Amino acid sequence: MKKYVCTICGYVYDPENGDPDNGIAPGTAFEDVPADWVCPECGAGKDSFEPMD
Amino acid sequence: MNTGFTAIPVSERVYWVGAIDWNVREFHGYETGRGTTYNAFLILDEKITLIDTVKAPFFAEMKARIASVIDPAKIDYIVSNHAEPDHSGALPLAIREFQPERTFCSVLGEKNLKAYYGAELPLTPVKTGDSLSLGKSTLSFVETKMLHWPDSMVSYLDTEKILFSQDAFGMHLAGSQLWADEYPEWLLAAEARKYFANILLHLSPKVLALLDELPKLQLDIRIIAPDHGPLWRQHPEWIVQLYRECAEQPMKPRALVFYATMWGSTDQLARMIGDGIRSQGVPVELCSLGVNDRSAIVTKVLESGLVVVGSPTMNNQLYPSVADVMTYLKGLRPQHHLGGAFGSYGWSGEAPKLLQAELGAMGFELPLDPISVKYMPNAEDRERAFDFGVKLAQELLKKTAKA
Repeated sequence: MKKYVCTICGYVYDPENGDPDNGIAPGTAFEDVPADWVCPECGAGKDSFEPMD
Repeated sequence: MNTGFTAIPVSERVYWVGAIDWNVREFHGYETGRGTTYNAFLILDEKITLIDTVKAPFFAEMKARIASVIDPAKIDYIVSNHAEPDHSGALPLAIREFQPERTFCSVLGEKNLKAYYGAELPLTPVKTGDSLSLGKSTLSFVETKMLHWPDSMVSYLDTEKILFSQDAFGMHLAGSQLWADEYPEWLLAAEARKYFANILLHLSPKVLALLDELPKLQLDIRIIAPDHGPLWRQHPEWIVQLYRECAEQPMKPRALVFYATMWGSTDQLARMIGDGIRSQGVPVELCSLGVNDRSAIVTKVLESGLVVVGSPTMNNQLYPSVADVMTYLKGLRPQHHLGGAFGSYGWSGEAPKLLQAELGAMGFELPLDPISVKYMPNAEDRERAFDFGVKLAQELLKKTAKA
């Protein structure tokens, strides 16, 4: 599964870890993260993320 | 030629060359009742280095202060710790006029500064762990992403043991004196808390993480030099401890009632609620939004375990000034508060329910249903409001006694 990076603050969403503090279980692909999830670092929306090279 | 503006010595090799904005009273919605400073620092070493700049209209003041020590054209390096325009506004001008060899900033700083001032701005990005030899001294960099902007970083100068902390540990306080110990402690505490409440409150978890991380870097910090307000030399740990306490946000046994009023009814309820709270021995402060601005309210929220919000219903909505403060408060994510909602109305009275929902969504504990009163409170309503205050204060005392 692909990692995604926040273009605003550089936070990396790693599907292996998910974002358990905000209800995203480890193993959740970025595509399956709910549309209203926001970057836990800067609060930007999902559309501010892009796949990591 | 003495232009009147002079540099102030900070240490053997470092001068303060910033600007004092004595009369600014509005700073992106933050009421700066005592003005502010934009701090910039000049390091005199083999490589002459300018740390941060000032807000654009103050370029001439900064330049004159630099010129009181050296010819500004001799500046070799500029370091931009933070891309916000109050510190970078004069950067493009400084680069153009001083022609430094290199200008350093964080990776995200490069992105943000170019977004502000154009892609042609010549910048060299640095990362945590990078350092720069200036001759006798070395400047090292630590990125502090989202404290409080994505680009934020701090710089440490080893010979002088100075941490250039950008906005961290700063405050909006204009003054002729450079050092925090030249101001009364109550004033420093009040302005530092106001700064924290308005700029950093929503970043509290990151502040705590950074405060835990800093000692691991094993930097011997003797001076903390922020970008606003005075510098810390004696007991810099005082401000670090104040930050820790602000970021932990313990529930405090004090109460705040803030409200708007149209025809005095919501004001009457506020006074009754306030009296009820006081009757239980809990200190309480009442603030009408007619005369208190949002930055003052948020500062008081930080000090109040119980926050009771009142709004008249206007056209089925919250009163606009209440909605303003609620929007601001929501973004600042206050933690560990009890809350309550009240208000007067004429037709259908939506406001207290809207407030209750918004406070709940922000994580306020709401032990009681909101109270609302049609038109003017009668004797029974006033008693109900007093009792509302009594019960909320009792809940607060229970919570804070346990903590």
